[in-house]
Amino acid sequence: MNLKVIDNLSVEELTDVSSEATSLPRFNFNKHIKEAELDLKPLSIETLQINVGKLCNQACLHCHVDAGPKRTEAMDRRTAEKIVEILATHPEIKTLDITGGAPELNDQFDWMVVEARKLGKHILVRHNLTVQFDGNPVTGESKEYLPEFFAEHQCEVICSLPYYAEYFTDKQRGRGVFQKSIDGLKRLNDLGYGKEGTGLTLNLVYNPVGAFLPAAQASLEADYKRELGEKFGILFNNLYTITNMPIHRFKRDLVRRGGYEEYMTKLVNAFNPTAAERIMCRTMVSVNYDGTLSDCDFNQMQDRPLEKGAPQSIFDWDTESILNRRIVFVDHCFGCTAGAGSSCGGTTS
Amino acid sequence: MAHYYESKDLNRFGQIGKHQKELADKFFEWYNAATSTEGALTKREKQLIGLAVAHTIQCPYCIDAYTQSCLESGADPTQMTEAVHVASAVRGGASLVHGVQMLNGLDKVGA
Repeated sequence: MNLKVIDNLSVEELTDVSSEATSLPRFNFNKHIKEAELDLKPLSIETLQINVGKLCNQACLHCHVDAGPKRTEAMDRRTAEKIVEILATHPEIKTLDITGGAPELNDQFDWMVVEARKLGKHILVRHNLTVQFDGNPVTGESKEYLPEFFAEHQCEVICSLPYYAEYFTDKQRGRGVFQKSIDGLKRLNDLGYGKEGTGLTLNLVYNPVGAFLPAAQASLEADYKRELGEKFGILFNNLYTITNMPIHRFKRDLVRRGGYEEYMTKLVNAFNPTAAERIMCRTMVSVNYDGTLSDCDFNQMQDRPLEKGAPQSIFDWDTESILNRRIVFVDHCFGCTAGAGSSCGGTTS
Repeated sequence: MAHYYESKDLNRFGQIGKHQKELADKFFEWYNAATSTEGALTKREKQLIGLAVAHTIQCPYCIDAYTQSCLESGADPTQMTEAVHVASAVRGGASLVHGVQMLNGLDKVGA
Protein backbone atom coordinates (compact mmCIF):
# COMPACT_ATOMS: atom_id res chain seq x y z
CA MET A 1 0.00 0.00 0.00
CA ASN A 2 1.41 3.39 -0.96
CA LEU A 3 0.02 6.26 1.00
CA LYS A 4 0.75 9.94 0.97
CA VAL A 5 1.94 11.86 3.99
CA ILE A 6 -1.51 13.39 4.29
CA ASP A 7 -2.75 10.10 5.76
CA ASN A 8 -0.93 10.94 8.99
CA LEU A 9 -3.48 13.66 9.73
CA SER A 10 -5.83 13.01 12.64
CA VAL A 11 -9.59 12.92 12.23
CA GLU A 12 -9.74 16.37 13.84
CA GLU A 13 -7.30 17.73 11.28
CA LEU A 14 -9.38 16.19 8.52
CA THR A 15 -12.41 18.32 9.31
CA ASP A 16 -13.40 21.03 6.90
CA VAL A 17 -11.96 24.53 6.79
CA SER A 18 -15.32 26.25 6.78
CA SER A 19 -15.82 29.77 5.52
CA GLU A 20 -17.95 30.44 8.57
CA ALA A 21 -15.12 29.63 10.97
CA THR A 22 -12.45 31.66 9.22
CA SER A 23 -12.07 35.00 7.52
CA LEU A 24 -12.34 33.40 4.08
CA PRO A 25 -14.51 35.30 1.61
CA ARG A 26 -18.05 34.07 0.92
CA PHE A 27 -19.61 33.57 -2.50
CA ASN A 28 -23.33 33.73 -3.12
CA PHE A 29 -24.58 30.90 -5.35
CA ASN A 30 -28.25 31.66 -4.73
CA LYS A 31 -27.72 35.24 -5.94
CA HIS A 32 -26.13 33.96 -9.15
CA ILE A 33 -28.99 31.61 -10.00
CA LYS A 34 -31.49 34.37 -9.25
CA GLU A 35 -29.66 36.80 -11.55
CA ALA A 36 -29.58 34.12 -14.25
CA GLU A 37 -33.36 33.70 -13.72
CA LEU A 38 -32.96 30.01 -12.99
CA ASP A 39 -35.41 28.01 -10.89
CA LEU A 40 -33.44 24.95 -9.86
CA LYS A 41 -36.10 22.76 -8.31
CA PRO A 42 -35.79 18.97 -8.00
CA LEU A 43 -37.04 17.18 -11.11
CA SER A 44 -36.96 13.51 -10.14
CA ILE A 45 -35.16 10.86 -8.13
CA GLU A 46 -33.66 8.73 -10.86
CA THR A 47 -30.51 7.97 -8.89
CA LEU A 48 -29.90 7.06 -5.29
CA GLN A 49 -26.27 7.81 -4.55
CA ILE A 50 -25.07 6.13 -1.39
CA ASN A 51 -21.83 6.80 0.42
CA VAL A 52 -21.20 3.62 2.38
CA GLY A 53 -18.29 4.95 4.41
CA LYS A 54 -14.97 6.75 4.58
CA LEU A 55 -12.58 3.81 4.80
CA CYS A 56 -10.22 3.76 1.84
CA ASN A 57 -6.91 2.13 0.98
CA GLN A 58 -5.78 5.49 -0.46
CA ALA A 59 -5.71 9.06 0.87
CA CYS A 60 -5.80 11.29 -2.21
CA LEU A 61 -4.98 14.99 -2.17
CA HIS A 62 -8.23 16.09 -3.82
CA CYS A 63 -10.57 13.81 -1.84
CA HIS A 64 -13.71 15.68 -0.76
CA VAL A 65 -14.57 12.84 1.63
CA ASP A 66 -11.24 12.98 3.48
CA ALA A 67 -11.27 9.22 3.12
CA GLY A 68 -8.35 7.08 4.22
CA PRO A 69 -7.22 3.89 5.95
CA LYS A 70 -7.86 5.28 9.43
CA ARG A 71 -11.49 6.27 8.91
CA THR A 72 -14.05 4.15 10.72
CA GLU A 73 -17.40 5.56 9.54
CA ALA A 74 -19.27 2.70 7.83
CA MET A 75 -22.82 1.85 6.78
CA ASP A 76 -24.42 -0.89 8.90
CA ARG A 77 -26.77 -3.68 7.90
CA ARG A 78 -29.91 -1.91 9.13
CA THR A 79 -29.26 1.09 6.87
CA ALA A 80 -28.31 -1.16 3.94
CA GLU A 81 -31.57 -3.10 4.33
CA LYS A 82 -33.56 0.15 4.38
CA ILE A 83 -31.86 1.26 1.16
CA VAL A 84 -32.79 -2.03 -0.53
CA GLU A 85 -36.35 -1.62 0.74
CA ILE A 86 -36.55 1.88 -0.77
CA LEU A 87 -35.19 0.56 -4.07
CA ALA A 88 -37.74 -2.25 -4.05
CA THR A 89 -40.70 0.03 -3.44
CA HIS A 90 -39.65 2.87 -5.78
CA PRO A 91 -39.44 1.80 -9.42
CA GLU A 92 -38.73 5.41 -10.44
CA ILE A 93 -35.26 5.01 -8.91
CA LYS A 94 -33.40 3.38 -11.77
CA THR A 95 -29.80 3.64 -10.61
CA LEU A 96 -27.91 2.84 -7.42
CA ASP A 97 -24.64 4.83 -7.43
CA ILE A 98 -22.27 3.46 -4.77
CA THR A 99 -19.36 5.52 -3.54
CA GLY A 100 -17.13 5.94 -0.47
CA GLY A 101 -14.18 5.82 0.55
CA ALA A 102 -13.47 2.67 -1.35
CA PRO A 103 -17.07 1.36 -1.24
CA GLU A 104 -16.02 -2.26 -1.72
CA LEU A 105 -14.40 -2.18 1.73
CA ASN A 106 -17.81 -1.88 3.41
CA ASP A 107 -19.23 -5.11 4.83
CA GLN A 108 -22.63 -4.45 3.24
CA PHE A 109 -21.32 -3.73 -0.27
CA ASP A 110 -21.53 -7.18 -1.85
CA TRP A 111 -24.94 -7.88 -0.35
CA MET A 112 -26.41 -4.58 -1.56
CA VAL A 113 -25.10 -5.12 -5.09
CA VAL A 114 -26.64 -8.58 -5.26
CA GLU A 115 -29.99 -7.39 -3.88
CA ALA A 116 -30.16 -4.28 -6.07
CA ARG A 117 -29.44 -6.35 -9.17
CA LYS A 118 -32.26 -8.75 -8.23
CA LEU A 119 -34.49 -5.66 -8.35
CA GLY A 120 -33.21 -4.82 -11.84
CA LYS A 121 -31.46 -1.63 -10.80
CA HIS A 122 -28.52 -0.24 -12.74
CA ILE A 123 -25.49 -0.21 -10.47
CA LEU A 124 -22.61 2.25 -10.65
CA VAL A 125 -19.55 1.51 -8.55
CA ARG A 126 -16.97 4.26 -7.96
CA HIS A 127 -13.94 1.97 -7.97
CA ASN A 128 -10.40 3.19 -7.29
CA LEU A 129 -8.68 0.22 -9.02
CA THR A 130 -5.91 -0.11 -6.43
CA VAL A 131 -8.21 -1.73 -3.86
CA GLN A 132 -8.07 -4.85 -6.06
CA PHE A 133 -4.43 -5.21 -5.00
CA ASP A 134 -4.25 -3.43 -1.63
CA GLY A 135 -7.28 -5.14 -0.10
CA ASN A 136 -8.73 -3.97 3.20
CA PRO A 137 -6.15 -1.79 5.04
CA VAL A 138 -7.63 -2.75 8.43
CA THR A 139 -8.34 -6.48 8.14
CA GLY A 140 -6.00 -7.38 5.30
CA GLU A 141 -8.91 -9.05 3.47
CA SER A 142 -8.14 -9.53 -0.21
CA LYS A 143 -10.30 -7.77 -2.80
CA GLU A 144 -8.84 -9.48 -5.85
CA TYR A 145 -12.24 -10.99 -6.65
CA LEU A 146 -13.78 -7.60 -7.44
CA PRO A 147 -13.46 -7.56 -11.27
CA GLU A 148 -15.21 -10.94 -11.52
CA PHE A 149 -17.84 -9.80 -8.99
CA PHE A 150 -18.52 -6.60 -10.95
CA ALA A 151 -18.85 -8.55 -14.20
CA GLU A 152 -21.11 -11.21 -12.69
CA HIS A 153 -23.51 -8.52 -11.48
CA GLN A 154 -23.22 -6.30 -14.55
CA CYS A 155 -22.00 -3.30 -12.55
CA GLU A 156 -20.96 -0.18 -14.42
CA VAL A 157 -17.48 0.59 -13.12
CA ILE A 158 -16.27 4.19 -12.85
CA CYS A 159 -12.59 4.58 -12.05
CA SER A 160 -10.56 7.63 -11.13
CA LEU A 161 -7.46 8.09 -13.25
CA PRO A 162 -6.36 11.73 -13.01
CA TYR A 163 -4.16 11.50 -16.10
CA TYR A 164 -2.96 9.07 -18.73
CA ALA A 165 0.62 9.35 -17.48
CA GLU A 166 2.31 8.54 -14.20
CA TYR A 167 3.37 11.94 -12.85
CA PHE A 168 -0.02 13.59 -12.37
CA THR A 169 -1.72 10.37 -11.24
CA ASP A 170 0.85 9.57 -8.57
CA LYS A 171 1.06 13.19 -7.45
CA GLN A 172 -2.64 13.18 -6.63
CA ARG A 173 -3.25 9.61 -5.55
CA GLY A 174 0.08 8.37 -4.16
CA ARG A 175 3.29 6.79 -5.39
CA GLY A 176 2.78 3.67 -7.45
CA VAL A 177 -0.94 4.27 -8.00
CA PHE A 178 -0.61 4.79 -11.76
CA GLN A 179 1.01 1.42 -12.42
CA LYS A 180 -1.45 -0.35 -10.12
CA SER A 181 -4.33 1.41 -11.86
CA ILE A 182 -3.07 0.21 -15.23
CA ASP A 183 -2.86 -3.35 -13.89
CA GLY A 184 -6.40 -3.04 -12.49
CA LEU A 185 -7.75 -1.74 -15.80
CA LYS A 186 -6.13 -4.64 -17.64
CA ARG A 187 -7.90 -7.10 -15.34
CA LEU A 188 -11.22 -5.39 -16.09
CA ASN A 189 -10.47 -5.41 -19.83
CA ASP A 190 -9.67 -9.13 -19.69
CA LEU A 191 -13.23 -9.75 -18.49
CA GLY A 192 -14.70 -7.69 -21.31
CA TYR A 193 -15.03 -4.33 -19.54
CA GLY A 194 -14.66 -1.39 -21.92
CA LYS A 195 -15.09 -3.61 -24.99
CA GLU A 196 -17.92 -3.17 -27.47
CA GLY A 197 -20.68 -5.74 -27.40
CA THR A 198 -19.97 -7.07 -23.91
CA GLY A 199 -22.43 -4.81 -22.09
CA LEU A 200 -19.76 -4.22 -19.45
CA THR A 201 -19.19 -0.49 -19.12
CA LEU A 202 -15.90 0.93 -17.90
CA ASN A 203 -15.70 4.70 -17.55
CA LEU A 204 -12.74 6.74 -16.35
CA VAL A 205 -12.73 9.98 -14.38
CA TYR A 206 -10.29 12.85 -14.86
CA ASN A 207 -10.02 15.60 -12.30
CA PRO A 208 -7.37 18.33 -12.37
CA VAL A 209 -4.24 17.82 -10.30
CA GLY A 210 -4.35 21.30 -8.84
CA ALA A 211 -6.34 24.50 -8.74
CA PHE A 212 -7.43 24.71 -12.34
CA LEU A 213 -10.47 23.77 -14.40
CA PRO A 214 -10.66 20.57 -16.44
CA ALA A 215 -9.84 20.57 -20.15
CA ALA A 216 -12.61 19.87 -22.66
CA GLN A 217 -14.00 16.37 -22.01
CA ALA A 218 -14.09 15.19 -25.64
CA SER A 219 -10.54 16.32 -26.32
CA LEU A 220 -9.17 14.66 -23.18
CA GLU A 221 -11.11 11.47 -23.86
CA ALA A 222 -9.45 11.21 -27.27
CA ASP A 223 -6.04 11.69 -25.63
CA TYR A 224 -6.73 9.07 -22.97
CA LYS A 225 -7.95 6.54 -25.56
CA ARG A 226 -4.89 7.11 -27.77
CA GLU A 227 -2.30 7.09 -24.99
CA LEU A 228 -3.73 4.26 -22.86
CA GLY A 229 -4.47 2.23 -25.99
CA GLU A 230 -1.07 2.66 -27.65
CA LYS A 231 1.06 2.34 -24.52
CA PHE A 232 -0.86 -0.22 -22.47
CA GLY A 233 -3.51 -1.75 -24.76
CA ILE A 234 -6.28 -0.48 -22.46
CA LEU A 235 -9.85 0.08 -23.63
CA PHE A 236 -12.60 2.05 -21.90
CA ASN A 237 -15.97 3.54 -22.82
CA ASN A 238 -16.11 7.18 -21.69
CA LEU A 239 -14.00 9.71 -19.88
CA TYR A 240 -15.76 12.01 -17.41
CA THR A 241 -14.07 15.26 -16.45
CA ILE A 242 -14.90 16.48 -12.94
CA THR A 243 -14.05 19.80 -11.32
CA ASN A 244 -12.30 19.68 -7.95
CA MET A 245 -14.73 20.72 -5.23
CA PRO A 246 -13.40 23.44 -2.89
CA ILE A 247 -14.24 21.57 0.29
CA HIS A 248 -12.33 19.52 2.86
CA ARG A 249 -8.85 18.28 1.86
CA PHE A 250 -8.69 20.20 -1.41
CA LYS A 251 -9.99 23.39 0.20
CA ARG A 252 -7.51 23.07 3.02
CA ASP A 253 -4.72 22.78 0.48
CA LEU A 254 -6.01 25.87 -1.38
CA VAL A 255 -6.13 27.86 1.85
CA ARG A 256 -2.64 26.72 2.81
CA ARG A 257 -1.30 27.88 -0.56
CA GLY A 258 -3.21 31.15 -0.36
CA GLY A 259 -5.20 30.25 -3.49
CA TYR A 260 -8.73 29.71 -2.17
CA GLU A 261 -10.14 33.09 -3.21
CA GLU A 262 -8.46 32.88 -6.62
CA TYR A 263 -9.86 29.38 -7.24
CA MET A 264 -13.36 30.38 -6.13
CA THR A 265 -13.20 33.49 -8.32
CA LYS A 266 -12.25 31.28 -11.25
CA LEU A 267 -15.29 29.07 -10.59
CA VAL A 268 -17.62 32.05 -10.13
CA ASN A 269 -16.37 33.75 -13.31
CA ALA A 270 -16.94 30.51 -15.23
CA PHE A 271 -20.57 30.19 -14.00
CA ASN A 272 -22.56 28.62 -16.83
CA PRO A 273 -26.38 28.85 -16.60
CA THR A 274 -26.83 25.91 -18.98
CA ALA A 275 -24.66 23.73 -16.76
CA ALA A 276 -26.58 24.99 -13.73
CA GLU A 277 -29.89 23.85 -15.21
CA ARG A 278 -28.50 20.32 -15.50
CA ILE A 279 -26.94 20.21 -12.05
CA MET A 280 -27.04 16.63 -10.75
CA CYS A 281 -28.83 17.29 -7.45
CA ARG A 282 -32.06 17.89 -9.41
CA THR A 283 -32.33 14.20 -10.31
CA MET A 284 -30.77 12.39 -7.37
CA VAL A 285 -30.61 12.09 -3.61
CA SER A 286 -27.50 11.29 -1.62
CA VAL A 287 -27.49 8.93 1.38
CA ASN A 288 -24.79 9.03 4.05
CA TYR A 289 -23.40 5.91 5.74
CA ASP A 290 -25.77 6.55 8.67
CA GLY A 291 -28.81 7.07 6.45
CA THR A 292 -28.82 10.89 6.47
CA LEU A 293 -30.21 12.37 3.23
CA SER A 294 -28.48 15.22 1.37
CA ASP A 295 -28.77 16.93 -2.00
CA CYS A 296 -25.38 15.59 -3.10
CA ASP A 297 -22.25 13.89 -1.84
CA PHE A 298 -20.54 17.27 -1.36
CA ASN A 299 -23.28 18.65 0.86
CA GLN A 300 -23.29 15.35 2.70
CA MET A 301 -19.59 15.69 3.46
CA GLN A 302 -20.25 19.11 4.95
CA ASP A 303 -22.97 17.70 7.18
CA ARG A 304 -25.68 19.52 5.25
CA PRO A 305 -28.83 17.36 5.13
CA LEU A 306 -31.87 18.12 2.96
CA GLU A 307 -33.52 21.40 3.90
CA LYS A 308 -35.40 21.58 7.15
CA GLY A 309 -38.89 20.16 6.73
CA ALA A 310 -37.84 17.57 4.18
CA PRO A 311 -37.01 14.02 5.35
CA GLN A 312 -33.62 14.02 7.05
CA SER A 313 -33.00 10.27 6.98
CA ILE A 314 -33.64 7.30 4.70
CA PHE A 315 -35.72 5.93 7.60
CA ASP A 316 -38.12 8.87 7.09
CA TRP A 317 -38.31 8.52 3.28
CA ASP A 318 -41.20 10.39 1.67
CA THR A 319 -40.89 10.83 -2.09
CA GLU A 320 -43.31 13.74 -2.36
CA SER A 321 -41.59 15.74 0.39
CA ILE A 322 -38.19 15.05 -1.14
CA LEU A 323 -39.33 16.23 -4.57
CA ASN A 324 -40.91 19.34 -3.09
CA ARG A 325 -37.79 20.34 -1.18
CA ARG A 326 -35.67 23.39 -1.89
CA ILE A 327 -32.14 22.31 -2.80
CA VAL A 328 -29.51 23.60 -0.37
CA PHE A 329 -27.05 25.64 -2.44
CA VAL A 330 -23.76 26.85 -0.97
CA ASP A 331 -20.40 28.20 -2.18
CA HIS A 332 -19.00 24.92 -3.47
CA CYS A 333 -21.96 24.57 -5.87
CA PHE A 334 -20.01 26.86 -8.21
CA GLY A 335 -17.82 23.79 -8.78
CA CYS A 336 -20.73 22.04 -10.53
CA THR A 337 -21.65 25.02 -12.70
CA ALA A 338 -18.24 26.23 -13.91
CA GLY A 339 -17.41 26.00 -17.59
CA ALA A 340 -18.95 22.95 -19.19
CA GLY A 341 -20.32 21.95 -15.79
CA SER A 342 -19.38 19.06 -13.56
CA SER A 343 -21.21 16.09 -12.12
CA CYS A 344 -20.48 12.55 -11.06
CA GLY A 345 -21.16 11.75 -14.73
CA GLY A 346 -18.79 14.36 -16.14
CA THR A 347 -19.68 17.58 -17.92
CA THR A 348 -23.32 18.67 -18.02
CA SER A 349 -23.47 21.02 -20.99
CA MET B 1 3.91 52.01 -6.77
CA ALA B 2 5.66 49.28 -4.73
CA HIS B 3 6.43 46.99 -7.67
CA TYR B 4 6.32 47.35 -11.43
CA TYR B 5 4.75 43.86 -11.67
CA GLU B 6 1.64 43.05 -9.60
CA SER B 7 0.02 39.65 -10.28
CA LYS B 8 -3.46 41.09 -9.70
CA ASP B 9 -2.90 43.47 -12.61
CA LEU B 10 -3.29 40.58 -15.03
CA ASN B 11 -7.01 40.50 -14.21
CA ARG B 12 -7.17 44.21 -15.12
CA PHE B 13 -5.90 43.68 -18.66
CA GLY B 14 -9.35 44.44 -20.04
CA GLN B 15 -9.11 47.96 -18.63
CA ILE B 16 -6.61 48.76 -21.37
CA GLY B 17 -9.70 49.71 -23.38
CA LYS B 18 -10.51 52.52 -20.97
CA HIS B 19 -9.27 55.30 -23.29
CA GLN B 20 -9.39 53.46 -26.65
CA LYS B 21 -12.12 50.81 -26.51
CA GLU B 22 -12.27 50.13 -30.25
CA LEU B 23 -8.61 49.20 -30.52
CA ALA B 24 -8.77 47.08 -27.37
CA ASP B 25 -11.83 45.22 -28.64
CA LYS B 26 -10.08 44.49 -31.92
CA PHE B 27 -7.00 43.28 -30.09
CA PHE B 28 -8.89 40.93 -27.74
CA GLU B 29 -11.04 39.51 -30.54
CA TRP B 30 -7.95 38.75 -32.63
CA TYR B 31 -6.01 37.49 -29.59
CA ASN B 32 -8.74 35.06 -28.56
CA ALA B 33 -9.26 33.85 -32.12
CA ALA B 34 -5.53 33.25 -32.54
CA THR B 35 -4.84 31.55 -29.20
CA SER B 36 -7.98 29.99 -27.80
CA THR B 37 -9.75 28.14 -30.58
CA GLU B 38 -9.39 24.74 -32.20
CA GLY B 39 -8.02 25.11 -35.72
CA ALA B 40 -5.33 23.45 -37.81
CA LEU B 41 -3.54 23.40 -34.46
CA THR B 42 -5.32 22.13 -31.39
CA LYS B 43 -6.08 24.54 -28.56
CA ARG B 44 -3.52 22.70 -26.42
CA GLU B 45 -0.80 23.12 -29.05
CA LYS B 46 -1.57 26.83 -29.19
CA GLN B 47 -1.32 27.13 -25.41
CA LEU B 48 2.05 25.34 -25.44
CA ILE B 49 3.30 27.74 -28.14
CA GLY B 50 2.05 30.62 -26.01
CA LEU B 51 3.93 29.25 -23.00
CA ALA B 52 7.12 28.97 -25.03
CA VAL B 53 6.78 32.51 -26.37
CA ALA B 54 6.01 33.78 -22.87
CA HIS B 55 9.37 32.47 -21.71
CA THR B 56 11.17 33.90 -24.71
CA ILE B 57 9.81 37.37 -24.07
CA GLN B 58 10.10 36.75 -20.31
CA CYS B 59 6.72 38.24 -19.51
CA PRO B 60 5.58 37.28 -15.97
CA TYR B 61 1.92 37.93 -16.81
CA CYS B 62 2.11 35.64 -19.83
CA ILE B 63 4.00 32.89 -18.00
CA ASP B 64 1.35 32.93 -15.25
CA ALA B 65 -1.55 32.95 -17.72
CA TYR B 66 -0.14 30.28 -20.05
CA THR B 67 0.87 27.96 -17.20
CA GLN B 68 -2.80 27.93 -16.18
CA SER B 69 -4.17 27.70 -19.71
CA CYS B 70 -1.80 24.87 -20.62
CA LEU B 71 -3.09 22.87 -17.64
CA GLU B 72 -6.69 23.72 -18.49
CA SER B 73 -6.18 22.53 -22.06
CA GLY B 74 -5.00 19.14 -20.78
CA ALA B 75 -1.21 19.55 -20.97
CA ASP B 76 0.98 18.09 -18.26
CA PRO B 77 4.23 19.41 -16.72
CA THR B 78 6.37 17.21 -18.98
CA GLN B 79 4.86 18.69 -22.15
CA MET B 80 5.07 22.20 -20.72
CA THR B 81 8.71 21.77 -19.75
CA GLU B 82 9.52 20.49 -23.24
CA ALA B 83 7.87 23.58 -24.72
CA VAL B 84 10.03 25.84 -22.53
CA HIS B 85 13.11 23.91 -23.65
CA VAL B 86 12.18 24.46 -27.30
CA ALA B 87 11.92 28.21 -26.65
CA SER B 88 15.17 28.24 -24.71
CA ALA B 89 17.01 26.18 -27.29
CA VAL B 90 15.92 28.44 -30.16
CA ARG B 91 16.87 31.48 -28.12
CA GLY B 92 20.25 29.98 -27.19
CA GLY B 93 20.81 28.87 -30.75
CA ALA B 94 20.15 32.39 -31.97
CA SER B 95 23.09 33.56 -29.89
CA LEU B 96 25.29 30.67 -30.81
CA VAL B 97 24.71 30.91 -34.55
CA HIS B 98 26.17 34.43 -34.41
CA GLY B 99 29.40 32.68 -33.49
CA VAL B 100 29.76 32.18 -37.22
CA GLN B 101 30.20 35.95 -37.51
CA MET B 102 32.89 35.64 -34.89
CA LEU B 103 34.55 32.94 -37.01
CA ASN B 104 34.31 35.25 -40.04
CA GLY B 105 36.01 37.96 -37.99
CA LEU B 106 38.76 35.57 -36.95
CA ASP B 107 39.32 34.56 -40.59
CA LYS B 108 39.45 38.18 -41.63
CA VAL B 109 42.40 38.89 -39.34
CA GLY B 110 44.05 35.57 -39.99
CA ALA B 111 43.57 34.39 -36.41
